[in-house]
Amino acid sequence: MKNLGNFTAVLRKELAVYFATPIFYVTGFCFLLLGGYFFYSNTLYYTLISFQAAQNPQLASYLNPLQMVFRPLFATLGVVLLLLVPLLTMRLLAEEKKAGTAELLFTYPLTDWAIILGKFLAALLVYAIFLAFTFVYPVAFGTLARLDWASLGACYLGMVLLGGACLALGLFTSSLTENQIIAAVTAFALLLLFWIIGWQQEIGAPGWKGVFAALSMMDHFDGFVRGVIDSRDLVYYLSFIFFFLFLTKRQLESRRWRA
Amino acid sequence: MRSNMDMMIEVQDLTKYYGPTLAISRLSFEVAQGEIVGFLGPNGAGKTTTLKILSGFLSPSGGTARINGRDCVTESLEVRHSLGYLPETVPLYTDLTVSQFLRFAARAKGVEAQKGNGELSRVMDACGLGEVQHKLIASLSKGFRQRVGLAQALINNPPVLILDEPTIGLDPSQIVEIRQLIKELAGAHTVILSSHILPEVSQLCQRVIIINRGQIVASDTPENLSRQLGHGSRVRLTVCGPEGEVVEALQKIPQVREVAGEGENRYLVVAANDLDVRPQLARLVVERGWELLELKAQEFTLEEVFLDLVTEEEVTEKES
Repeated sequence: MKNLGNFTAVLRKELAVYFATPIFYVTGFCFLLLGGYFFYSNTLYYTLISFQAAQNPQLASYLNPLQMVFRPLFATLGVVLLLLVPLLTMRLLAEEKKAGTAELLFTYPLTDWAIILGKFLAALLVYAIFLAFTFVYPVAFGTLARLDWASLGACYLGMVLLGGACLALGLFTSSLTENQIIAAVTAFALLLLFWIIGWQQEIGAPGWKGVFAALSMMDHFDGFVRGVIDSRDLVYYLSFIFFFLFLTKRQLESRRWRA
Repeated sequence: MRSNMDMMIEVQDLTKYYGPTLAISRLSFEVAQGEIVGFLGPNGAGKTTTLKILSGFLSPSGGTARINGRDCVTESLEVRHSLGYLPETVPLYTDLTVSQFLRFAARAKGVEAQKGNGELSRVMDACGLGEVQHKLIASLSKGFRQRVGLAQALINNPPVLILDEPTIGLDPSQIVEIRQLIKELAGAHTVILSSHILPEVSQLCQRVIIINRGQIVASDTPENLSRQLGHGSRVRLTVCGPEGEVVEALQKIPQVREVAGEGENRYLVVAANDLDVRPQLARLVVERGWELLELKAQEFTLEEVFLDLVTEEEVTEKES
């Protein structure tokens, strides 16, 4: 990965394009709209249970805002990510090819890694902006109840890693085609597959159980929302990101040889 | 290793296939430091393919291309550092403003942050972009887009410029401006530009490479090409006199190969072997007592040379 040189040039350009086009604002709006709705309904449910717990001391011992509000919130937002991330990434490389600007980008003295890293980090930064807005929920909640902030930190780390993995895959599908819709649909299908592949365990495919479980995005995400940072989950997401960025690099290299 | 210190661009046996289709076939040429070379050919001749390979965007199927002594494939990054490239369709980031885009180009080309603003205003001045710098590229006219494309190629003052059809789609006054700009680049820059507009190439370029169906058919100065390939010299003549007699008399001059009447007393005389027949023609007209109104040597235009070369090649191909 030597000579990353001026990947910040690509990063800044991609951010400028994000902020100049409606995709950023529309996906951000939808993400926060859904997030806000889930937070509201989870909190409402938690309040109801709390009232019941006033009469039932046994139930009260189970009450934990992190488990009842934020764990389901982030689990649902994870699914929302599967839908929204392809919209953030579909443009990244497909449009360069479609509009012909690839010819500029690839003839500037930028290495393939500088281009990939610049684009990936720009998308990650945009996603981080969305995520930062969701921090309003725990802060608002924290004024009314006690929160385990360390576990919440694990949730956010999980969200960043999950987002990064989805974006890396989206960037890869965007490198495969010059049609943004195909890039988005392919990314969505692959992400969904990685999300639900763990379900195979219950259906029971003997011998493969372990493999499917190890590949599942959802299984590795679950630890974070429970407030547990497991090194296996960290390794899974980091290698997932690297693997798809590497595939993207390979795809860019092959471009020169095929017309 | 540099094979030749003065040669900025060296191309040898360059070949490119798109799938089974042969786009260019064993192309070899060189461009010296500071030279402006025109790449001329009909659509689909392989001009753009060659320029794309030189710019490092495509890899050749065979042969080598070197810029500034470095290989366009194995040392692509170094080559791209010394290169300004204007692609044929002038692709631009339409969501950005002119100055945002040019700033990106400057950063991508590694222009240092402190020099960035100076460099930006230099190229914007050179290309006359000052008034539109805060406009979105999407809202610019074709002429301005072309200038933005040229401006990004000029950023960081690269020693080699590759311009694919730099004046296409511009209005006449813009064409003059852009040509003037390109002319000013000569000397300090090595420029290779493609075009299918012949007068443009003959005005701008010190040397013309004519390419057809992926092969070089001729490579010389525009003047030499006109002379060599014209098969003799031509004289335009306007004489007051009976047409039949004039033609007959002119044809009797031994060096004259062909006489064509063009009506209104005008004649086009083709002489054999590049001889100047003007003295003989003048004497004949005076001797016969006709009135000589015009006598002018007529060079072959690049169009004619070009058509001649292209059709000649097709004929030999059919024969073989």
